[in-house]
Amino acid sequence: MSEPRVVVTGMGWVTSLGHTVDGVWKRLMNSESGMAPITHFKAATFPTSFAAEVKPDFDYRTFLNDPKVHATTALNAQFALGAARQAWNQAGFHTHPPKDPRRVGLYLGAGEGVLDFDNYAGALISAWDATTQKVDGVRWAKAALARLDAFKEIEQEPNMSLAHLAREFGIRGPASNCLTACAASTQAIGEAFSMIRRGDADIMMSGGTHTMIHPLGVTGFNRLTALSTFKGDPTLASRPFCMSRDGFVMGEGSGMVILEKLEHALARGATPLAEVIGYGSSADAFRITDIQPEGRGAAAAINAALQQAHIDPAAVGPDGRPLIHYISAHGTGTKENDSIETRAVKVVFGERAKHIPMSSIKSMMGHLIAAAGAVEFMTCILAIQHGMLPPTRNHHDPDPALDLDYVPNVARKCAVDTCISNSFGFGGQNDTLVVTRYKTS
Amino acid sequence: MMDVRQNELKHQPSLRNSVTMRHFMPQKRRVVITGIGTTSAVGVGMKSLWNALISGQSGAKLCHTFDLSGFSCPFVAQLAADQLDIKQFVPKSYRKATKVMARDIELAVAAAHEAVNDAGLITKSHEAADGKVSMPATQMGCQIGAGSIAAEENELTVAFASSQTADGEIDLGAWGSSGMQNITPLWMLKYLPNMLASHVSIIHDCQGPSNTITCGEASALLSIGESMRVIGRAAADCCLSGGVESKVNLMGVLRQLYSKRLATASLSDDPSSIIRPFNPSATGGMAGEGGAILVLEELESARARGAKIQVELAGFGASQSFCQDTVGIGAEVDGAGIAQAIETALHEAGVKPADVDAIVPFGCGVPGIDASEAAALRKVFGERVSKIPLVTISTVTGNCGAGFGGVAASVAVQCLREQKLPARIQGGKAGESVGGVDGASIGARDAVLNTIVVTTTSLGGQNAAIVLRRIS
Repeated sequence: MSEPRVVVTGMGWVTSLGHTVDGVWKRLMNSESGMAPITHFKAATFPTSFAAEVKPDFDYRTFLNDPKVHATTALNAQFALGAARQAWNQAGFHTHPPKDPRRVGLYLGAGEGVLDFDNYAGALISAWDATTQKVDGVRWAKAALARLDAFKEIEQEPNMSLAHLAREFGIRGPASNCLTACAASTQAIGEAFSMIRRGDADIMMSGGTHTMIHPLGVTGFNRLTALSTFKGDPTLASRPFCMSRDGFVMGEGSGMVILEKLEHALARGATPLAEVIGYGSSADAFRITDIQPEGRGAAAAINAALQQAHIDPAAVGPDGRPLIHYISAHGTGTKENDSIETRAVKVVFGERAKHIPMSSIKSMMGHLIAAAGAVEFMTCILAIQHGMLPPTRNHHDPDPALDLDYVPNVARKCAVDTCISNSFGFGGQNDTLVVTRYKTS
Repeated sequence: MMDVRQNELKHQPSLRNSVTMRHFMPQKRRVVITGIGTTSAVGVGMKSLWNALISGQSGAKLCHTFDLSGFSCPFVAQLAADQLDIKQFVPKSYRKATKVMARDIELAVAAAHEAVNDAGLITKSHEAADGKVSMPATQMGCQIGAGSIAAEENELTVAFASSQTADGEIDLGAWGSSGMQNITPLWMLKYLPNMLASHVSIIHDCQGPSNTITCGEASALLSIGESMRVIGRAAADCCLSGGVESKVNLMGVLRQLYSKRLATASLSDDPSSIIRPFNPSATGGMAGEGGAILVLEELESARARGAKIQVELAGFGASQSFCQDTVGIGAEVDGAGIAQAIETALHEAGVKPADVDAIVPFGCGVPGIDASEAAALRKVFGERVSKIPLVTISTVTGNCGAGFGGVAASVAVQCLREQKLPARIQGGKAGESVGGVDGASIGARDAVLNTIVVTTTSLGGQNAAIVLRRIS
């Protein structure tokens, strides 16, 4: 018996560029940027003081059946609920819910929650014993119990988005959350896809949600010198594949998809939006601070995904084009990522690499960290549907060492059947998905 | 050779809901557990843990890193200060990297070291082997469940203290412009949950699929299940799998309290009497640290390298509970989610509930969670539930979060290897256990054990279960 085919029957996102599938797509087509000065906290003195924040017109309660059930929800789960509702409704489950909730699973790449920073830091400072250079436990307990709210703390656990989505959509099947840094939601979708293929579920809600636009998040990335410290208009800061690129710009939000066993989708009359045909995962096993310089891990993930999809990277189709028509790059805009990702794509596709358009939507909506892979996967599906490629914004001073087609600055009309989406995480996790136009045979 | 499992599949149990269960097929590629490595409150390695379990020793003690008397329970399940010197568990060339290991990472790296040695696996970590490793790196995967790692309090606070206002609050402006320079540039890399798997995969050169599941106390079993699937779909032949977490820190204890999982105890109490699994008098658990890494291998590949094969990972199941309070502070009263995970795992293993010889439950000593588990076990095993031996380990481990299921699975493997059941302490009187399970105190004893079920449930409502089977 061959393994079941897996299709996408719904998707939704919440990003700095909006929170409808079509609205955000239009803005990506216009090469717009979601970046602006940070409003979540007073960031003016930080080395990086801008990001791509979800705008205040997003109210997660408008996406819910009963907002009271989610009254304590933190930001990650709010984004997730907003995105998941769009996906759920597009799949048609709002009017015809799945018959057996135990055959519906969840696999997310959801980030850890936002620390209650002022109270967290305040409690620690108040318990600091300058003589011993240690935090006094008893004093800390007193301060923390007074200052840190129970629900705010519990909602920071990384599996809380699972709990909220399960509650809202009545999901009772297998549920997992992975947190492999910037690769998390690509990995989540890949594992969800694998679970349906194996028969562990008929329907999987999958994707990611994350914000690290908070004081310790920006601190951590600033100390690693991973963020752009561009002085000037924030919308010009993210410059993937450019000579002058100086780091990524943080984004936030969520991307959610409904994956479904094809037979199950067809039997209930759902419309497949695209088909997932390959997933590859690897580890660099190199250093915690650096990417393996030859792109060994990234190439292994891409190759594994192509192999599962039965796609020969050296082959061309009847139209003379390579079989992969578009690559949604990890494309963070750091020196290291962009050059090694380019190298890895060349390792895999050889001479064909130059003929595969590859762009980074992080240039427009920033880096959604754990959620990045999900919105980039959705971008591939939209490219297939619309026959358009999103551009790499701000691509004005190409790095001469990076010589692929990065779809500079302007969206491009292009017939697209099959795409890959790459995500690479700190710590060396690499994940790639292959998605193709749904065809009946 | 007669395939044991194929034979058993002919006698599939009749399940209550065949519509749901017909989908869950066994894997073609069978997975065996060839190595276990634990870290727990009684030390590094299964030897110390097994000795404690057999002799009925507790892992609870007064916290030696912080005075926790400001909370409802001052005790923790923590390794003694001299029980883990991380440099002993990494190859010489990797010693420098131990500087960027949070506590959770140290515990994971030590557990992986133990597991690899137990499996007789030669990896890159064996520098004397000069590259002659048991498995190609690309065939090695790594799935290690993790918690949200707590920032080391003293390191961060000394930096915060440099940016405070006159009334002792954090001055965000000063922090942004200068204060943050007081933390080490690599600070964040200590605390990313995937750094457990990242360090372990670097040390042992695991270039295959690598994942970090963060589902609270269900993380380790979910990871073991995922490793089983990764091997099943031939994405790897061998996985280092499990979970590790330390909740022995201020934020960890606070969140145990806030999620109503912390016992009520005072300094004058005997620490070993606090955690009382399935005992009607229980008041809660305590923060623990540790976890386990297991070596999972595809059966034929393990045979080919001459591994000692004693235990098969025969089935896996997972589910999500209905959480009345949404976040799952209160457990599902009827235990439906836990039961579903166990039934799925049994079905895949082709094992009837009547053939299960022992169960390693979460048994954390939190009354509501114990009751939910007991209800689930009753649902799956019926009246026999009062006669199936329960192996309760939280008296030694405390709540080590993402690590718990790994320790539980390792203890189950050890029971199958030794054909022995450990002692159960603080279980209360015979016939009075929560939910009518076999929960009374009892000494260690020999037992014929062929099949053991391990299950955990998390804050947030994720459940996972595995079925382990002895291969003779």
